[in-house]
Amino acid sequence: MLTIRDLHSGYGRIEALHGVDLDIEAGEIVTLIGANGAGKTTLLMTICGKPRATEGAIRFEGADITRLPTFQIVRRGIAHSPEGRRIFSRMTVLENLQMGAVVADPRHFPADLERVLALFPRLEERLNQRGGTLSGGEQQMLAIGRALMSRPRLLLLDEPSLGLAPLVVGQIFKIVREINREQQVTVFLVEQNAFHALKLAHRAYVMVNGRITLRGTGAELLANPAVRAAYLEGGHTPAAETGP
Amino acid sequence: MDYFIQQLINGVTLGAIYGLIAIGYTMVYGIIGMINFAHGDIYMIGAFISLVGFLLMGVLGISYLPLALFTVLLLSMLLTAVYGWAVERIAYRPLRGSFKLAPLISAIGMSIVLENYVQVAQGARVKPLPPIVHGGFELSAANADYHVTLSYLQVVIVLVTVGLMAGFTYVITRTPLGRAQRATEQDMTMASLLGVNVDRVVSTTFVLGAALAAVAGLMVTLYYGVIDFYIGFIAGMKAFTAAVLGGIGSLPGAMLGGLLIGLIEAFWSAYFSIEYKDVAVFSILVLVLIFRPTGLLGRPEIEKV
Repeated sequence: MLTIRDLHSGYGRIEALHGVDLDIEAGEIVTLIGANGAGKTTLLMTICGKPRATEGAIRFEGADITRLPTFQIVRRGIAHSPEGRRIFSRMTVLENLQMGAVVADPRHFPADLERVLALFPRLEERLNQRGGTLSGGEQQMLAIGRALMSRPRLLLLDEPSLGLAPLVVGQIFKIVREINREQQVTVFLVEQNAFHALKLAHRAYVMVNGRITLRGTGAELLANPAVRAAYLEGGHTPAAETGP
Repeated sequence: MDYFIQQLINGVTLGAIYGLIAIGYTMVYGIIGMINFAHGDIYMIGAFISLVGFLLMGVLGISYLPLALFTVLLLSMLLTAVYGWAVERIAYRPLRGSFKLAPLISAIGMSIVLENYVQVAQGARVKPLPPIVHGGFELSAANADYHVTLSYLQVVIVLVTVGLMAGFTYVITRTPLGRAQRATEQDMTMASLLGVNVDRVVSTTFVLGAALAAVAGLMVTLYYGVIDFYIGFIAGMKAFTAAVLGGIGSLPGAMLGGLLIGLIEAFWSAYFSIEYKDVAVFSILVLVLIFRPTGLLGRPEIEKV
């Protein structure tokens, strides 16, 4: 579904990705884990053309999207729930969801809204509240809900667990699995919370300093001693997740 | 008291015109964070197109006033909008993503270009337009020593402005276009990630701003009956002051600011000194910037994350 070959990208003269190869098949949940500053967010943003790739190619469902303007990439069926959520804080929850549906057929709107509100009942209570007044967890739900409003085939999720209470993280990951299974949305998940992400994902990649260093199924990487040492033990261990 | 009411009427009329221009400043600032210094000249272009339009109506022999007014209004809005669009396309869009001062300098350049273009094309002399809308209401008693008049033209100016502002507010707050506009204003990158064609939204903003400025240009042409290539400068500065006073980036702020500037100018001219009316207006700008930099209805830059 998504094929990335020898992708280079960065900001100004600073290159952040040094030749990334990555594949996502339809129906999968693929996760990308790595430390802060490894280039995970840059990869997700480069898929959407912000920043633009300096070298290499991105193909989505067979078509080269490397040089397309962002809004056209998105219109092909890729939705992005970005790092930091980027909720429109001065717009209501409903308006945020309406913005998510910009590329969708307006006739689908009522059904899509219902579907998203069924996934995130909390949003329904807050429909006319401004985005900026939501809690972190609610904002994350809104960011994902907004992305789903466009009926994407590929959902890019950037650190949905960041800054959230463990209980909420569990909820969000459960919903991601539901979206993938029941709505057949392919998910590309970028996470620092490696334990949760690897458990959820069918396949996973590890990124270090702008390069993919390891790949495998979620279970394989979960069992890999190098991954355990670098991203699990001493980091987000299962024990730490259940702590206060 | 009669004198006061007369100044109130004059001030509101003037304020309506400033408000219409101020909207263009405030919207552009909101969406791309730049002061479009050429906007005053866009208004001047609108005034000239209106003038030419009225002369054309005369040549064509269209003497039914509402029809002539409406035709010239449409013509002026349309053509001025093209200017607004072109200015953004030529002078600002290539500089997006450049350092922050670049579009500002480009805007000043564009302002000079437009002024000189009109000066060359239309001549530097003041262009008169004979009064087209005559008459008005006498508001004071027949034996009063001061006569308050509310001209039909003033009524038209205020009504058109109120109508346009209401329509405009509706577009911004209720329609998909307005939503995309507000979203782009808050987070341009995110808006494009959701599939909004940000370039087009920015273009639309310039087109709308220019169309409103054209209406102001038309009304000034009718109201004062004289225009020249330089009217955009001072009116632009005042409308910009209005936008800052109301809170730049805020649409109701621009309307309120315009009204206040119009009133201040009218009352200052009436009760203090007409020579110093501009000083009064710009002193307000200085005071606002010192004591309330975000303006009357503006919001502070800090936001909850």
